[in-house]
Amino acid sequence: MPVKESFTPKIVAFCCNWCSYAGADLAGSSRLSYPADVKIIRVPCSCRVNPMFLLRAFQKGADGVILCGCHPGDCHYSTGNYYARRRMTLLFSMLSYLGIEKERTRVEWVSAAEGARFASVMNDFVGTVQKLGPCRRLEDVRCKE
Amino acid sequence: MPKIGVFVCHCGSNIAGTVDVEKVAAAARTIPGVVVACDYRYMCSEAGQETITKAIREYGLDGVVVCSCSPRMHEATFRRAAEREGLNPYMVEIANIREQCSWIHKNREEATEKAIVLMRAAVAKVKRDTPLTAGRSGVTRRALVIGGGIAGLSTALDVANAGYEVDIVEKEPTIGGKMAQLDKTFPTLDCSACILTPKMVEAAQNENINLYTYSEVEKVSGYVGNFTVTIRKKARFVREDRCTGCGACMEKCPSRKAKNEFNCGLNTRSAIYIPFAQAIPNVAVIDAQHCLKLQTGKCGVCEKVCAAGAIDYTQQDELIQREYGAIVAATGFQPIRPYQFGEYGYGRYPDVITSLELERLMNAAGPTDGELRCPSDGRKPKNIVFIQCVGSRGQTCRDKSYCSKICCMYTAKHAMLIRDHWPDMDVHVFYIDVRTPGKNFDEFYRRAAEEYQVDYRKGQVGKIYEEDGHLMVQGSDLLEDRQVLMPADLVVLAVAVEPSPDARKLATMLTASMDNNDFFTEAHPKLRPVESPTAGIFLSGMCQGPKDIPETVSQAGAAAAKVIGLLSKKELTANPCTAHPEEVRCNGCGECEKVCPYGAISYEEKELRVMGRREKRRVAVVNTALCQGCGACTVACPSGVMDLQGFSNRQILAEVDAICR
Repeated sequence: MPVKESFTPKIVAFCCNWCSYAGADLAGSSRLSYPADVKIIRVPCSCRVNPMFLLRAFQKGADGVILCGCHPGDCHYSTGNYYARRRMTLLFSMLSYLGIEKERTRVEWVSAAEGARFASVMNDFVGTVQKLGPCRRLEDVRCKE
Repeated sequence: MPKIGVFVCHCGSNIAGTVDVEKVAAAARTIPGVVVACDYRYMCSEAGQETITKAIREYGLDGVVVCSCSPRMHEATFRRAAEREGLNPYMVEIANIREQCSWIHKNREEATEKAIVLMRAAVAKVKRDTPLTAGRSGVTRRALVIGGGIAGLSTALDVANAGYEVDIVEKEPTIGGKMAQLDKTFPTLDCSACILTPKMVEAAQNENINLYTYSEVEKVSGYVGNFTVTIRKKARFVREDRCTGCGACMEKCPSRKAKNEFNCGLNTRSAIYIPFAQAIPNVAVIDAQHCLKLQTGKCGVCEKVCAAGAIDYTQQDELIQREYGAIVAATGFQPIRPYQFGEYGYGRYPDVITSLELERLMNAAGPTDGELRCPSDGRKPKNIVFIQCVGSRGQTCRDKSYCSKICCMYTAKHAMLIRDHWPDMDVHVFYIDVRTPGKNFDEFYRRAAEEYQVDYRKGQVGKIYEEDGHLMVQGSDLLEDRQVLMPADLVVLAVAVEPSPDARKLATMLTASMDNNDFFTEAHPKLRPVESPTAGIFLSGMCQGPKDIPETVSQAGAAAAKVIGLLSKKELTANPCTAHPEEVRCNGCGECEKVCPYGAISYEEKELRVMGRREKRRVAVVNTALCQGCGACTVACPSGVMDLQGFSNRQILAEVDAICR
């Protein structure tokens, strides 16, 4: 399939309610821009994110998925981000086994005070995914005409 | 199919300036199930909320999507509006098209497109929303204050005077904290002990206040309104109920080499001691490290001289478990020990001291009975040099990045007092800036500089060295643009303050967050400055950031007001977004229990109807009062049986699908 001239990636960002979602809000109220390709899904904690959610996103045509949580040691639920980190480590190695470039997935820690960091993480991530081009590997072939 | 209403807010021009709100509403109308979609200038206004409630009434809506600002801002507002109209408040979803769309994108087309996607995701989610009812829980009408300094005492007294029971846990053998060590207070120069000790007595005598001195918090569990705290009451080796505080044991104790912490180690004390004359409780304590009896088994003098029979060498630490409705952190601060600043020679030259040490040297109850003497040889100093911002406002790893706030004022106080008591002494102050915001503060500083002729020099000190038995201070004078070299008999470092080193451990126990400097973070820096983001945990005093005494007392009062507000509630509504297992498919493996940070999951033998047959089986049960809704268990469950209400698998997957469509 030929790559479109201007490729706008689909990026799903799972953000924990306490740190990263608030960090995204701060980026907003500080008017720090990042590409509109990023769409945020609010979850109570990074540990709520089931690896299945990421797989589903790739299956439905996402080009990159990023999970943002509180910094280690700062989790609102004390240990949630540690679980998230371990689960994603496993999932990411499976994704690269499936042929999905590891750069399309990422775990980042963004605190509620780090609006600037949120914007720069998103800019960087979108830039990386944009360079990789569209991700097509996991699309469900049964859905194709 | 559920009937959904979509309401798009202009937020004045905040959203409408970048997002074509009409187009978003029009796009919503094309989604199956959306029966009404409209836009309005301010959805959060009364008229805006009326638009929503009217639509709920007219169309019989099952779900509402508001495309507006962050849910952290107005989710509660719109949920209340829905509830007024009889719709379950958890059938309302917010699409954040302000902070996460209109405010960050400039291209109108792009922003509108994104807003539509966000709206679509919210609609997809709301279609799978289920009505939730918040559980209710009781409130234990007792507060715990951790820290017995002026912050903790003020909070405790305010709460106690409102009629609630308060326990104070203080790690030192006496309450009073750092303020007890101060000589005078700025800007009024009234004696610190004279204003603090009556507060200490008041706290000790208040029938609603219970003091746990020489105690530390060991474990915290539970949640807002219902905390269970384990307190370790360290062994004093002196029975509090018998000791009369006569001090006979202190006089006779043969071990006298322990550094006196109250005097910043400037003199020594006996192994059995009362920290200071006005200590509360006025009960001796044995420092086990220096006690000959406890170390070697040979001595026992204090036991012999104690007429009250209060000495008990066999005393053990005691663990006390109590229930609380609210917890206040008032762990305070400590001045840094400036060993890392080799250029000042603290620790190398005995006549280089910190400001707190100076307080003790000037205090009538201090090691020199209030006569200012050089620690090295006891001579009367002639030339005194103060150095400001030691460890504060720095950019290197040895400095704190923040301003410690109180140093400019206490140095002005020290300088003024020295010039007042001993007019023959010369006082020089090296400063970066003099910062004196506060009522009567700048007037105070100007009095020091003008009336008392304190020599203020803008500039920093580069080096302190010894020459012919004299300390030499080499610094720069930026206003005169030259290097200065002056002899000094005494150098006083206005050192940075830092949070108490135990605060980090406590924060972890309380699941309260901290900033990079280990100060507790507020729930909101401006609007909720005395609450921690964790419900039921409040902040009082320096543990939240540097502040002086008046500010500490104000904040302590504010924290008390919040505590009283919480304790006066009959019951609390819990977060209904809790985990929920589908019992029939649960095989009781135990994975979810392992990851739950709140111990909310247990197992019960239950009789279930599986495929038409009755079967007894061990299944997971969630205590919704303990569950905080993090969702760790939902992912840990190998059979996917555990789900989180309000953030269910179906809902999140629907959002993913809507975004990736």
